[in-house]
Amino acid sequence: MILTEEQKAILNGEKGETLAKVMESVVRYGELFGAEKLIPITSEYTHLVTSFGLKALGPVYDLMDKLIAEGAISTQKFSVDPRPCDPKVPKNFLQDFIFKNFMYSKQDFYEGQLKQLGLMDDNAFTCTCYMDEVGNKPKKGDILSWAESSAVVYANSVLGARCNRNSGIIDIMQSVVGYVPYFGLVTDEGRKATWVIEVKTTKKPEAQLLGSAIGMKVMEDVPYVKGLDKWIGSELDDAACTYLKDFGAATASNGAVGLYHIDNLTPEAKELGETLIAENAQVYVIDDAELQRVYDNYPIMWKNKDAKPKLCFMGCPHMSLEQLKSWTDKVEAGLKEAGNSKVVIPTVFTAAPKVLEQFNKTDYAARLSATGVITSYICPLMYMNNPLCGPMPVITSSNKLRTYTTARYYTDDEILVQITKGGN
Amino acid sequence: MKEFKGRVVAPGQITAEALVSHGGLNTLASFQKALQFGDKKATCGDQNNQDLFNKQMAGKALCLPQTIGSTTGGLVLYCACSMGRQPACMLFSKPIDSLAGAGVILADVWLEGAETKMPVIDSLGEEFLEYVKDGMKITIKEDGVVAVD
Repeated sequence: MILTEEQKAILNGEKGETLAKVMESVVRYGELFGAEKLIPITSEYTHLVTSFGLKALGPVYDLMDKLIAEGAISTQKFSVDPRPCDPKVPKNFLQDFIFKNFMYSKQDFYEGQLKQLGLMDDNAFTCTCYMDEVGNKPKKGDILSWAESSAVVYANSVLGARCNRNSGIIDIMQSVVGYVPYFGLVTDEGRKATWVIEVKTTKKPEAQLLGSAIGMKVMEDVPYVKGLDKWIGSELDDAACTYLKDFGAATASNGAVGLYHIDNLTPEAKELGETLIAENAQVYVIDDAELQRVYDNYPIMWKNKDAKPKLCFMGCPHMSLEQLKSWTDKVEAGLKEAGNSKVVIPTVFTAAPKVLEQFNKTDYAARLSATGVITSYICPLMYMNNPLCGPMPVITSSNKLRTYTTARYYTDDEILVQITKGGN
Repeated sequence: MKEFKGRVVAPGQITAEALVSHGGLNTLASFQKALQFGDKKATCGDQNNQDLFNKQMAGKALCLPQTIGSTTGGLVLYCACSMGRQPACMLFSKPIDSLAGAGVILADVWLEGAETKMPVIDSLGEEFLEYVKDGMKITIKEDGVVAVD
């Protein structure tokens, strides 16, 4: 890799041994993927994936201590993924005990480290840092050092920023030196689509299901999606952005997609059109039958497949303000139709603390609360990613949560029926 | 015995028993329980991976196409190496992905001591993953050559 004099000086230890090792990590990471140079990070903020003080991550805390001690802190302030615990979210005595005393016993300690390393503020905990209310929204063309797969795919695809699918730790190390290696999704060539997806459904496809189908087919490749603008329009309004947030999270978690283009909608597709499609791109046609096939093939991980759901999580990734409002309307209407006054399954809607703050200023907040739905800033995935939740029948319309945990997937319409009328 | 040639990501020579995942390895889901609850065998906790679920990963020659899942994957691998609960080696049929790549580099740069080392070879090809089976004897030789007995 060709380095500038400044980069060589850091690598050679002129700014200390710790910073030299940070630079070595970034350079070797880039060399692994054929990067020939490092390029400056240009976004105002960065975003980290590791938000949880999981006791098992002791070596990470030791490493963070080394960075702090040597003053090797982030050159940018950052947001970080959601907190793992919230007293508002239902849990039994044993779960509460294990969460506090074993699993997340390092939470306060780790949050202290994050503050020293450059955390934006005490409420900067969300996977949807790009929401207007949160304020970590990069511009088109910005070079990022983000981690968190759902945020990376959104920033690349919907905002037109440039970011690789970085792992935790390397995300902050790149931000410490202020550079990322030039490879993959930060290059023009790496942003070309090697798949063409033809959406030929007879109705608007479920975002999470369509994303799942595409993710499982293309894995880490870049898809160019045709025919979706027919259903979600050609403008990136709130509804379209919310759809793409959920769609993208499913492509990234069910596969490893870091960038997609939506014909006539996302910024690069609008600007460059089909010139974004690489030669010999493969084609995947998605119709109603294909989506049904994908849905029918999800394994049900519950021990008792006929169990009555004990909890419903919505908001992985975190819900938008628009989503919280529209779901308030939907839950109220569903309860009225069913003749119920409260949801029949304990239900948690999760969103960024700053989105919830804005939501709580609207009259929707009291209306949603009256239905019995709980709002929280928690990460549902971190809540469920433990042995105690294994046997627990949890339902969700998040394909990311389905993939990483034992939660059972239902479409949005099915979830509405389950929580307002009861499905089992 | 058959030999396959790949690219050296992290050097080292070792002999170990094969453990094969035909689908992507979800690093967080596979290692979290083991790291959390002190399981030195690093028993795989990913219920969605029927090839590996409930099998010991520590000390095995883990053969896989790539890793998938949370972008915490790299730091989870780093922790597994730091705690001495890593596979004996990781052998990728495809080019290594950015999450596993980061974890392997971080472990190699920041950790010291033989017990933290994990040789890694990638780009071994689809035929490698079709040929290798659980329990086969794997030997990593110099220059990215992997012998399967």
